Amino acid sequence: MTDVAVLGAGMHPWGKWGRSFVSYGTAAARAALADAGLDWRDVGSVVGADTVRGGYPGYVAGATFARALGWQGARVTSVYAACASGAQAIGTARAQILAGLADVVLVVGADAAPKGFFAPAGGDRPDDPDWLRFRVLGATNPAYFGLYARRRMALYGDTPEDFAQVKVKNAAAGALNPLARYRTPVSAAEVAASAVVADPLRLLDICATSDGGAALVLSSMGFARRHGHPDPVRIRAVSTVTPVYPRTVLDLPDVATDSAAAVPAPRRSFRSSIARAAYEEAGLGPEELSLAEVYDLSTALELEWYEDIGLCARGEGAKLLREGATALGGRIPVNASGGLASFGEAVPAQAIAQVCELTWQLRGTAGDRQVPGARAGITANQGLFGHGSAVVAVR
Amino acid sequence: MARTRRPVVAGWFTDGDADGSTGRTADGTAGSDKTDGTGVAAAPVPHAGFRLLGTRCTACASVFFPREDDWCRNPGCPGGELVETPLSRRGRVWSYTDGRYRPPAPYVSDPDAPWEPYTLVAVELAAEAMVVLGQAAPGVRTADLAVGMEVEVVPGVLHEDAEHVWTTWHWRPVADGSGEAGA
Repeated sequence: MTDVAVLGAGMHPWGKWGRSFVSYGTAAARAALADAGLDWRDVGSVVGADTVRGGYPGYVAGATFARALGWQGARVTSVYAACASGAQAIGTARAQILAGLADVVLVVGADAAPKGFFAPAGGDRPDDPDWLRFRVLGATNPAYFGLYARRRMALYGDTPEDFAQVKVKNAAAGALNPLARYRTPVSAAEVAASAVVADPLRLLDICATSDGGAALVLSSMGFARRHGHPDPVRIRAVSTVTPVYPRTVLDLPDVATDSAAAVPAPRRSFRSSIARAAYEEAGLGPEELSLAEVYDLSTALELEWYEDIGLCARGEGAKLLREGATALGGRIPVNASGGLASFGEAVPAQAIAQVCELTWQLRGTAGDRQVPGARAGITANQGLFGHGSAVVAVR
Repeated sequence: MARTRRPVVAGWFTDGDADGSTGRTADGTAGSDKTDGTGVAAAPVPHAGFRLLGTRCTACASVFFPREDDWCRNPGCPGGELVETPLSRRGRVWSYTDGRYRPPAPYVSDPDAPWEPYTLVAVELAAEAMVVLGQAAPGVRTADLAVGMEVEVVPGVLHEDAEHVWTTWHWRPVADGSGEAGA
């Protein structure tokens, strides 16, 4: 058995608060520790998910949070994997627990993001694909989201109205989440009236960039039982697989795909392989899920995830949405938290926040957005440079 | 004052006009993308010799763009030599979008000038079995494009400054009945 227990979950509300990422992460860590009923000095290891926006403290996030909480001698690790940073931090914590290196591990991620498009690190760096896509093409993140959305329209007949409906659904859920940045319902007409950013996507189809922090306290199942948690939420799988050559779907920050001229494309796309690995590790499949939290960087991308995590066949994401299956009250709610549509992206915190939501849902403490009887959930995300993650949690 | 034509990235496409005069193109014919600093939007003739340049592994025939010059990235390849190879001149639109807002640096644009949206096209090249992104030629809007439409690569100008005309590649819909040979 490779389960680890989730003893505590905590978040700093998402928003634009104008403070340092350290402040948000530390607040989230304190909330998670309080939720676990543990003292920070009980923690044997701290794993920080790095941010590239906080200077040196951001690159050594584990130590930064350990210092802010008060040095107590814990083992420290800092990881970076773009949008999957938080899940890699969870994966690292789990490995340490399962290897017997630590009984209790604190996982923290936080960011303070600037307004507007994410931009590459400064300087003249023609060897950096992220720098090149801006220099040569001006290809922002939403440009790639626009390419995917248009491709769906051409291949599957998705419409801008379908995309808008994802925003309407997620905004309705986010309105019920006190930790979300945007807590106002949004209508399809409001999406349609917002400015086009990257054809066919409009401003309200694309997630914002936010400040926020999230943390988890994880432990061995033995420690959980010994400390009054006989039936904790368990993390059963953490997938952090890389793509398989040749990668044939154009992805950020690349100017081109791999060539499939010499080696045929793998049967599964990278995104679907991320979820597949998590299901295999967890020994369960999409039909056993109660809910899913997926990375809705854009509305259209959420539909792509429905297919990638196996909720429906390729091309049927919009149909699943139209049926209401993925809304609160539906067969398989997706982004019951409100998703990135309601939070905005705080990169290293986001994958941790997804697991916080699963934790509360599986405990039955998600309040007005509770998915009744939730027993199993998956999170999924994808980041730049071949990163992606999926976490399966069960109760 | 004559400005020097300079590719935005060296070695990614044929550079037949580096000194601002008519130069040699990949197939040995004379190119004609002269500029007086006003851009090449009105370039009068097809740029039959203009190509994107990738590399091809001599052992497994994998193609790389942007060019890979050190090691073949096919994990099953014993490791061959990487030799420069021109990519197909024509392909089909995989998808397209546009940039309605000014991208951040290092994209170069005049902050005092009104923002002019540009179109981005992802193009599927059949022979290479890969998708290559690029800006569309000036004047090509998303309404002019469709997934599956045939496009060709043409030389273009990304921007100009006091010393240089920074050149790039553009994708442009193939005019019906142009009679040009495909790649």
